[in-house]
Amino acid sequence: MAKSIDVSDLDIYYGDFLAVEGVTIPIRARSVTAFIGPSGCGKSTFLRSLNRMHEVIPGARVEGKVLIDGQDLYGADIDPVAVRRQIGMVFQRPNPFPTMSIYDNVLAGSKLNSKRMKKADADVIVERSLRASNLWVEVKDRLGKPGSSLSGGQQQRLCIARAVAVEPQVLLMDEPCSALDPISTSAIEDLIHELKEQYTIVIVTHNMQQAARVSEETAFFNLAGVGKPGRLVEVGQTTKIFSNPDEEATEAYIQGRFG
Amino acid sequence: MSQTTSKSERPVVRRGDRIFAGISTGAGILILVILAGVAVFLTIQGIPGIAAAPDEVKSGTSFARFVGPLVFGTLYAALVALIIALPLAIAVALFISHYAPRRVAQVLGYLIDLLAAVPSVVYGLWGREVLAGQLVPAYRWLDENLGFLPFFAGPFSATGRTFFTAGVVLAVMILPIITAITREIFLQTPRLHEEAALALGATRWEMIRMTVLPYARSGIVGGAMLGLGRALGETMAVAMVLSASGVVTFNLISSTNPSTIPANIALQFKESSGLTINALIASGLVLFIITFAVNFAARWVVNRRREFSGAN
Amino acid sequence: MSVDTSPRTTGPSGLGDGPSLKQPSLPRRTGTFTAVAAVLLALGFRALGFGWVPAVFLAWLVVVIVVPLWSTSVEGSRKAIDRLVTILVTSAFALAMVPLAQIMYTVVSNGASVMGIDFFTFSMRNVIGEGGGIYHAIWGTLLITLATTVMSVPIGVFTAIYLVEYGANNRLSGWIRFLVDVMTGIPSIVAGLFAYALFVVFFGPGVRMGFAGAVALAVLMIPVVVRSVEEMLKLVPNELREASYALGVPKWRTIVKVVLPTALAGIVTGVTLAIARVIGETAPLLITVGVSDSVNFNIFDGRMATLPVFAFNSIQSPGFPPGPSIDRAWGAALVLMIIVMLLNLVARLVSYVFSPKGER
Repeated sequence: MAKSIDVSDLDIYYGDFLAVEGVTIPIRARSVTAFIGPSGCGKSTFLRSLNRMHEVIPGARVEGKVLIDGQDLYGADIDPVAVRRQIGMVFQRPNPFPTMSIYDNVLAGSKLNSKRMKKADADVIVERSLRASNLWVEVKDRLGKPGSSLSGGQQQRLCIARAVAVEPQVLLMDEPCSALDPISTSAIEDLIHELKEQYTIVIVTHNMQQAARVSEETAFFNLAGVGKPGRLVEVGQTTKIFSNPDEEATEAYIQGRFG
Repeated sequence: MSQTTSKSERPVVRRGDRIFAGISTGAGILILVILAGVAVFLTIQGIPGIAAAPDEVKSGTSFARFVGPLVFGTLYAALVALIIALPLAIAVALFISHYAPRRVAQVLGYLIDLLAAVPSVVYGLWGREVLAGQLVPAYRWLDENLGFLPFFAGPFSATGRTFFTAGVVLAVMILPIITAITREIFLQTPRLHEEAALALGATRWEMIRMTVLPYARSGIVGGAMLGLGRALGETMAVAMVLSASGVVTFNLISSTNPSTIPANIALQFKESSGLTINALIASGLVLFIITFAVNFAARWVVNRRREFSGAN
Repeated sequence: MSVDTSPRTTGPSGLGDGPSLKQPSLPRRTGTFTAVAAVLLALGFRALGFGWVPAVFLAWLVVVIVVPLWSTSVEGSRKAIDRLVTILVTSAFALAMVPLAQIMYTVVSNGASVMGIDFFTFSMRNVIGEGGGIYHAIWGTLLITLATTVMSVPIGVFTAIYLVEYGANNRLSGWIRFLVDVMTGIPSIVAGLFAYALFVVFFGPGVRMGFAGAVALAVLMIPVVVRSVEEMLKLVPNELREASYALGVPKWRTIVKVVLPTALAGIVTGVTLAIARVIGETAPLLITVGVSDSVNFNIFDGRMATLPVFAFNSIQSPGFPPGPSIDRAWGAALVLMIIVMLLNLVARLVSYVFSPKGER
């Protein structure tokens, strides 16, 4: 069910301010693509434009094309809400719904849309999603407890379970480990490895080792200069980007000479 | 290459979203309509009262002569209340924000808020049946010793149901709102400023005088004006404490007292009919305009301060 | 904590050239001692034959003069002023508590005498002199307050939703926010006159009905609801909204199913406090609903009794002999106070029990 994404010449604005300029990038299905780059270069903004989440901020808009299996996300008759059902997202800080139990959090995608569901079907989805996010064993005896009763790492895996429960085509992850300790981080990285069998995954990370560990492809973003918009410097196989990049700026960043 | 923007073309919006946004916006606009409606209906019903001939209304005078003494009484009562309440409210706010131990400060704040929760009719009852009697010795003393001042000219009222008593009750009633606003602003003083003052060897009072009070100045002004607005419109305290005769006098301790617009409406409404009702509504319009102006200015002062402080 | 900046005349000598950090000061527990001394002084003045109020005032005066003087002689004038301000600020708070305590005491002690089953189960119909009760007034207050709440809460909550979720920072929301603030300052009697002026148009002069009172109270209650609900909605973390959007949930469902439930405890608290505020309003009901001795369950027809107006009327036109009527006024005031305090208590409890406890 995974799909590929083709972005061509995408500009992202906040009001009149051009935040990201001219991004063209193919994202392969059933693989992990990592976005790296210094802070404020527009990685997260670009990621959020892939499921039209950036529109939540008033005044934000894009020009250009984002094709998911040939269909333009920004077409005139496309409903952003429908887009987000196909392209799930995991955020920087774990954000389970505090008013819901673990069980209900997993089902939030359907519950919030008031879809009727048989209890047996719901149980199947909850177990499958929690198993997929490696959380089942830890929480199966306390599904009725509030989601906020879990540890930070568990909460983040709960959020991943919530995202995969609606069976999206693509999973976007915005620095999913930046608020977690090393053990939880490694648990999430293992999980990403397993999930890429079924999903197209795009992950933004500040941690270069993490990009090297989990991704097949890496895209390096950078600011075109002080006060200028962010842009995509280069994209390619992770092994190549980390060993022998085409651009000098990429090499400098990866070797820690700036950023 | 085809360009698609989500701005130039009408974006897809779900019907549920459109309905919900419509209801919400409608509710917001309804509030503005209600506010406008208050002004419009008071004007419609008030104009006949303003235009009425002296022999058509119970007061037996023109509207200006009828409402003039009441405006005086309203402003005077609010002013007396503010003079009593303001210093007290600032001190109480300081006590809660900077003097009381952290653990009990919140509880003490609740106690002050309870003052705001007491129904106005209870305040009236207290002022008339309890406080008035207790203040009589003070009025006797003022009459005997400060009687040369116009405020204490006397003769002092033996029941204690004087303009000053009404002012004290009003002061207690507006104390919580002034305290709440100033306390809020005292607490917003940047911690760094306070610590800078303390690091220079300032005592607690010097720190407050150097950092907290200058920072809060416009907030105090705004809070005072809000309290003034509340005092202008308060009905029961004056209506129940005074047996007003509608004179114009600065005398605070006699039993012959000015009345206020709201108290006069409350006391006269039941026995009025015809154009007298319209005159009362017109006096309410005057009160509405005065309090609206005061509150408008007060909120403007408070909000402007908020924008500049950056402490939202 | 403070370092000496004045010429070094008081510091102990023999500690080298730098200014000494040791300063003479009053004993550490001076604050407590001052309070105890003030109480003893007040008792002393009382024993000398002064009334309670002058005794307390004199004791306070002694403290206000003596402590700063003592402090000046030992610690210098800066510390003395600091102590003086501390005393003034503390006594201001104590002074502000006096009316609250006195009101509570008098209402309870005066109101308790009429409490009894009869007081709650009888109306004032055909009662002259002693007896009678507030059964009719309790019903009137409940029904009118209920109608007010039913009108105010939806309008207030939806307006708050508009301000937080849709208005962002556009000009309309700015004006609504500002005018709602201004509206909180509308005098209650003006709200009553407005309702009367509005209903006269439809029902003719002299109209009195419970619903008109409810409209008047709604004008007072809506702005309070808007402001408190707005504050609560603002406290809902944006991350939760984003989490919901990212699951493909439309905005309105996000508001109904995520934002409002998360803020529910705060909203209930705010609404309860708003009810507590309007339930004691007297002036608007006096104008729009009037006075009645009998039970009236129909808020769309005729006069009704309400607790605050009942108390006002009982004291204002007590009849003869006035005693029983004044007692009933205190009784109604006590019941009203209990209702208001209970509402405040419930509000605090709700916000305390259901407030998010943070992570874990």
